[in-house]
Amino acid sequence: MRFGTEIVAVGLFAFAALMGVAFAADEPFRQHMWVLFFVLTAATVVLIRRTSFAPAAPADPSAYLDEPIRYGVIATVFWGVVGFLAGVVIAAQLAWPDLNVEPWFNFGRLRPLHTSAVIFAFGGNALIATSFYVVQRTCRARLFGGNLAWFVFWGYQLFIVMAATGYLLGITQSREYAEPEWYVDLLLTVVWVAYLVVFLGTILRRREPHIYVANWFYLSFIITIAMLHVINNLAIPASFLGSKSYSAFSGVQDAVTQWWYGHNAVAFFLTIPFLAMMYYFVPKQADRPVYSYRLSIVHFWSIIFLYIWAGPHHLHYTALPDWAQTLGMVFSIMLWMPSWGGMINGLMTLQGAWDKIRTDPIIRMMVAAIAFYGMATFEGPMLSIKAVNSLSHYTDWTIAHVHAGALGWNGMISFAAVYYLAPKLWNRERLYSVRMVNWHFWLATLGIVLYAAAMWVAGIQQGLMWREYDEQGFLVYSFAETVAAMLPYYVMRTFGGALYLAGGIVMAFNITMTILGYQREEASIGARASVALQPAE
Amino acid sequence: MSEKQIDEVSGVSTTGHEWDGIKELDNPMPRWWLWTFYATVVWALAYAIAFPAWPLINSATTGLLGYSSRADVKNELAAVEAAKADYVAEIAAKSVEEILADENLRTFATAAGSATFKVNCVQCHGSGAEGGPGYPNLNDDEWLWGGDIESIRQSIAHGIRYSEDADTRVSEMPAFRDVLQPGEIQQVAAFAASLSGMNADAEMAAAGKPLFEQNCAACHGESGNGNREMGAPDLTDAIWLYGSSQAEIAAQIRSPKHGVMPAWGGRLGDVAVKELSVFVHSLGGGE
Repeated sequence: MRFGTEIVAVGLFAFAALMGVAFAADEPFRQHMWVLFFVLTAATVVLIRRTSFAPAAPADPSAYLDEPIRYGVIATVFWGVVGFLAGVVIAAQLAWPDLNVEPWFNFGRLRPLHTSAVIFAFGGNALIATSFYVVQRTCRARLFGGNLAWFVFWGYQLFIVMAATGYLLGITQSREYAEPEWYVDLLLTVVWVAYLVVFLGTILRRREPHIYVANWFYLSFIITIAMLHVINNLAIPASFLGSKSYSAFSGVQDAVTQWWYGHNAVAFFLTIPFLAMMYYFVPKQADRPVYSYRLSIVHFWSIIFLYIWAGPHHLHYTALPDWAQTLGMVFSIMLWMPSWGGMINGLMTLQGAWDKIRTDPIIRMMVAAIAFYGMATFEGPMLSIKAVNSLSHYTDWTIAHVHAGALGWNGMISFAAVYYLAPKLWNRERLYSVRMVNWHFWLATLGIVLYAAAMWVAGIQQGLMWREYDEQGFLVYSFAETVAAMLPYYVMRTFGGALYLAGGIVMAFNITMTILGYQREEASIGARASVALQPAE
Repeated sequence: MSEKQIDEVSGVSTTGHEWDGIKELDNPMPRWWLWTFYATVVWALAYAIAFPAWPLINSATTGLLGYSSRADVKNELAAVEAAKADYVAEIAAKSVEEILADENLRTFATAAGSATFKVNCVQCHGSGAEGGPGYPNLNDDEWLWGGDIESIRQSIAHGIRYSEDADTRVSEMPAFRDVLQPGEIQQVAAFAASLSGMNADAEMAAAGKPLFEQNCAACHGESGNGNREMGAPDLTDAIWLYGSSQAEIAAQIRSPKHGVMPAWGGRLGDVAVKELSVFVHSLGGGE
């Protein structure tokens, strides 16, 4: 029977969720269990409706398992638009505080919704989908574990839904980028171990003598995120039927554990695996060999080794002892070149294909992504220097920094991968519209520039106003005055974010039309220019 | 696995690996990259020798430069304190009246009070001390408890209706919902509004006058000029703490709100309170 085990398992979990509702120790947990119950019940119904008793045709072991990847690409686009929208909303809330709607849609609850939606839902789905795609093709092996890949996909979506609804209900353990409470953390742990099994199993059954560089990056991402997630979320639940837990750490140890996690979320979620994406999709799209094998080895091992120590730079000038602050700073400085190794390898891979920037907007996105990666990984070490940090810390400069990285690097390289994958996964000759990719490129680029420029100026002004003392040593500005001074930048930032969101919507439309099999009639990009620019004879 | 071959574009050999059509070139690492990397490592080592860095069993190396962020803060604060020490000692020794009379000291205390105000007072009284509904404006010349420098100091040091301070200022207007009929409350409100020349129904105001004299004049005075001894506001100046509409005035008569200000003497210390008093006094309404 098709889905037999799945129907029973999901149904039992739905029942368990209902028991959670009945015996909940607190009201938010009860509401959260209602959410879980309805989601799982709906899933059970869908499975029952799709079951059949005919013996299933055995899967062709030589064919790639691509269906979860198709779902993953759709999920990436969907969560991307949701996450960008949440970002625009909270940006507007900062500019116009009246937009805070109590209790579900105030800034405090929507902010983690935004960060989790873009990092874990959009970024995470892009990573899972591309890693499944890349590992099969570079190992010439079908995904290991049969339907386990489906469990990874759906389990991860359930994690996203539980995390997001938890935030709106006010359930949080107040650890930045690790806000979900203990039971949602446990769910993610199980899903993540399954992900590791699928990925590692596929590598072990590979039919290539060597492991491709992209897979080193993906594998280190999966392993390290597992370690970071488990250690940072070590906690004792106040009740096994309640939504509150207490961290296993306290005081400055708690802070440094959190920022060891927090910084490595940037490292091993937003840098390392996106480099894996770059290492596969850039050479494929440009049709050029990777620039330097040796550089890829050295920058891989150096980035892995150095990144994990850099977290304490988030706690400069705090209760963290000086020696730990020093280490956080010097490891961040040493990280500069290992990070740039990826940029060099990405850009130099385009050697001999630079003309494609003019004709191929996907290449254009990749180049922009790598350029923003280079900027962000220079700015990061610079901000970790204590003297710079004393000005920048707690200001919007940090926001500018992360968004140059997130919108520019993570966003652009993911968009490029989605545009590369869609026609291949759905067997279309080409995208619905290549020109719309170009629109997306310009909307996104303009959005990032406006966003980052506004936040850079805002952050530096904020930092300078906070530390402004008169000649007698008295404070010049009250905090409220520094907040009021931010209004024009916050409005500009909202506008930049809205442009970026518009680009995301253009992508969603383009991908939808591609999947549906339409092709827009349009002139190819650069065709006219290449005629006009014939070299002189 | 494919054979090593020469890439036509760059003339560089490939490594002989191939995955899904992707090959790798055998380029060396860029020298500038490698040397910059080495330089950052050398710099990191040097920095870690100069500054606290290497964790030991019970402590960490202190570094050749003897740097400590806590000592730095301590020294900086000490330097700031030292620079102000003369003024602070004088302020501590003198009464607020004496400080006001000494021009140098007054200038210093105003600057210091302004800084203290920005951290502790703007949350309620506003960045420009302009106040807001329920929080008095400190720029005008209406004072609930007195606008001379000593009265201001007393209000700041001990607070208003702040039960944790024995010397706090206390007054409470009774709730007239139990004393007057709803219609009578409206009449008193109309009369109160008329006191400052605001638009009010003349008939209602006239009817409210005797009620005012019976019930309100004891604190607010026959002519509504208020009484600072009791913190009873002046009703003739068109400044309303809880709103100037007749409905808001009526609500305040029916069941009055009473604001609380914490006592700052214990938190900020005598010197800071004196400085704050001089600053508030300087805002325009000081008497």
